[in-house]
Amino acid sequence: MASLFQRFKDGLKRTTPTFYKAFSKAGSLFGGRKIDASSLDELEEALYSADFGVETTEEILEAVREAYKKDKELRGLDAARIGASVLERVLEGSEGRIDQLTHKPEIIALVGVNGSGKTTTAAKLAKNFQDQGKQPLVAACDTFRAAANEQIRTWCDRLNVPLIASQHGADAAAVAFDALQAARGRGSDVLLLDTAGRLHNKENLMRELQKIRRVLGKLDESAPHHAWLVVDGSIGSNSIQQARVFHESFGLTGLIVTKLDGTSRGGAVTGIYRELKLPIFYVGLGEKAEDLQPFSAKDYARAVFGIEEEIR
Amino acid sequence: MFESLTDRLGSTLRNLRGKGKLTEENMAESLQEVRKALLAADVHFRVAREFIERVREACVGQEVLKSVSPGQMVVKVINDELAKLLGEGSTELVNEKPLRVLLLGLQGSGKTTFAAKLAKRLEKEGYKPALIACDVYRPAAIDQLEILAKDNGFLFYGERDQKDVVGISKRGAKWAREQGATAVIFDTAGRLQIDTELVEEVRKVRETVQPQESLLVADAALGQEAVNVAKTFNESVPLTGIVMTKLDGDTRGGAALSMKSITGVPIKFLGVGEKVTDLEACHPDRLAGRILGMGDVVSLVEKAQENIDEKEAERMAKKLETADFNFEDFLSQMQQVKKMGSLGGLMKMIPGMNNMQVGDREERKMKHTEALIQSMTPLERSNPVILNGSRRARIAQGAGLQVKDLNALIKQFQQMKKMMKMMKGGKGRKMMKKFQKGGMQLPEGGDLGGLGGMKF
Ligand SMILES: Nc1nc2c(ncn2[C@@H]2O[C@H](COP(=O)(O)OP(=O)(O)OP(=O)(O)O)[C@@H](O)[C@H]2O)c(=O)[nH]1
Ligand SMILES: Nc1nc2c(ncn2[C@@H]2O[C@H](COP(=O)(O)OP(=O)(O)OP(=O)(O)O)[C@@H](O)[C@H]2O)c(=O)[nH]1
Ligand SMILES: [Mg+2]
Ligand SMILES: [Mg+2]
Repeated sequence: MASLFQRFKDGLKRTTPTFYKAFSKAGSLFGGRKIDASSLDELEEALYSADFGVETTEEILEAVREAYKKDKELRGLDAARIGASVLERVLEGSEGRIDQLTHKPEIIALVGVNGSGKTTTAAKLAKNFQDQGKQPLVAACDTFRAAANEQIRTWCDRLNVPLIASQHGADAAAVAFDALQAARGRGSDVLLLDTAGRLHNKENLMRELQKIRRVLGKLDESAPHHAWLVVDGSIGSNSIQQARVFHESFGLTGLIVTKLDGTSRGGAVTGIYRELKLPIFYVGLGEKAEDLQPFSAKDYARAVFGIEEEIR
Repeated sequence: MFESLTDRLGSTLRNLRGKGKLTEENMAESLQEVRKALLAADVHFRVAREFIERVREACVGQEVLKSVSPGQMVVKVINDELAKLLGEGSTELVNEKPLRVLLLGLQGSGKTTFAAKLAKRLEKEGYKPALIACDVYRPAAIDQLEILAKDNGFLFYGERDQKDVVGISKRGAKWAREQGATAVIFDTAGRLQIDTELVEEVRKVRETVQPQESLLVADAALGQEAVNVAKTFNESVPLTGIVMTKLDGDTRGGAALSMKSITGVPIKFLGVGEKVTDLEACHPDRLAGRILGMGDVVSLVEKAQENIDEKEAERMAKKLETADFNFEDFLSQMQQVKKMGSLGGLMKMIPGMNNMQVGDREERKMKHTEALIQSMTPLERSNPVILNGSRRARIAQGAGLQVKDLNALIKQFQQMKKMMKMMKGGKGRKMMKKFQKGGMQLPEGGDLGGLGGMKF
């Protein structure tokens, strides 16, 4: 699969957002040209246009301005490096990893607002664990949306991953409970819970999530071991509010950012990390099962600023 | 960190109020605040900047009306400009039978759900809807649409063993015609606006089925890229409308402003939930109200809460209950209303009342009433019954008005007291509460000069 950088570049090639002009080498700002007041404005616009928000944008601009004060010969590419390093520093500690599984099964709950990519991510993760020689089991805890069961079943059939599902309208917590028992019975290594999409401001739906935790707790007090918010990378500042509320009511342990194969840079996620310090485990870069990559702050920061050479 | 636009604007306006007329300086400051607020609402950087320019231009050279405070002036201009921008173009679907509607958009934006919602709505309007499944990629996309169709009794067409989307759309259109469908809705797969192959596919579908409506379905919480999404889709598939979904969330929906202003394509529907009935027609002023937090009852409540003393309101409610309401209370009510700003400005903030003209006449009448009461002695104010002829002449003179003006006021006052007696027993309190919530009702041709906010 193409790297994040390649994806970003492909996206930029096919459209002409300000970001392209500002960040591509062929464009005006980060080519060999010297920095001046207007290129700083361009940088500001590009950063805002990537959903980085006030704080991160200001921090990056400040660093570039400082460097420019000291060195009037500062070139575009230098500014890009500075920007990338500031972003990397802001994202320090943000790389989530699960190198070894410490429970059997290791329970991962995927939660998030409607349409963010939970079900697809569940399939991607199942494949990912399979590729590592682990035995995943998927629980179809979305018993609400039309054809939610059919969707995850199609994925599991395709990947040859076992699935525990119930009927439409069944109790999601009961499905989770059954799935955990089944996972134990089969000796599965990982249990992936695909939950229904819910907007964070709907209290009754948030309570349903808490119930899943409660019911699983009867079998394993520490379940779920991971609670990951699946965030659509094209969403703006509202994803910060989503994260806040999901974290408060469900207790998140990490994030997955999807749809970064589009033209969005997912800058709002930096805002989430700044505030909640939730690590980012993976990024979604397409609709296929293999379109999932571990998140790397360094690669991300460089991809954002179009710095190519140091990326493998 | 997240501050709602309402909060921000609220504080901006509080700062502005009392600073007198708008000057270049204090306007620049508040416009800067508005700009920040727009960015926080995810309005695109450039769109926000251009919008502010528009507002600035609209303000400059415009006289600040005497009866309006500078803050209200700014609100009015911002609100008008925003609603104007959002309201350009028709928000209705073409009125033709058979009607063909093509849906497209990014992944997970809500196209399939909206297909069912639109069918439901069109059915109510007398159409016979059919849903055509043109998503052959997403697992169980066809099942999803079919279930929605079956659950709601709509015609449904899909081909599970075919991948040729253009062919499917053509056969689906033909089938729907044969079934006597009069509204045919084509649900397509989610795609990135930069995916040239898939965009080409939906372009071909459009050429094949010739829909009168091509609607872009977009998540209302989209970030800055909303601009590119709308622009690029619109360039390859000329759009006739935009549907904003998931507005039942708490996003300010700045993407709507971005998309509208960059493409000029009207926003036609708002998705407000997962159920098939959770659909609203787009009312530009309401959407503006949401993005700006203005024109909204909320702002009126805020204003009222800020200015109306809770205790005073409570005391007034008691008075209403016992019907021992006098001119003193009348005066204090009027002053409460005045504290909230001009009556005209106030009325404009209440949805549904913003078209009501509250002109100088009413404002003047209120001043007269105030003057009349002020020239009464405390005894006269609390015991209106003692107002005989000579007292009346003195009061009218003191207020610089005629006795007939005072007589009219007293008559009105007595009618009010009569009504209060009739409402004795709890209802008065309810009405007070209602007033505070901004839910007050004006009678036909309501006489605003009479009793400020209290209307019967
Ligand atoms: N381009 C792209 N599309 C994605 C990605 N992840 C998911 N999608 C697509 O987004 C759409 C929604 O994905 P789902 O996995 O159904 O999302 P969900 O969160 O389970 O949705 P609900 O259960 O309805 O809340 C589908 O069309 C997916 O193919 C990604 O990383 N890139
Ligand atoms: N809360 C809320 N959820 C919505 C709304 N519209 C759609 N949804 C939900 O959003 C998710 C995605 O909706 P779909 O209709 O499957 O989206 P889609 O655009 O067809 O997705 P793809 O076909 O994968 O591109 C589902 O969980 C829907 O129930 C809305 O207005 N409010
Ligand atoms: Mg799902
Ligand atoms: Mg769909």
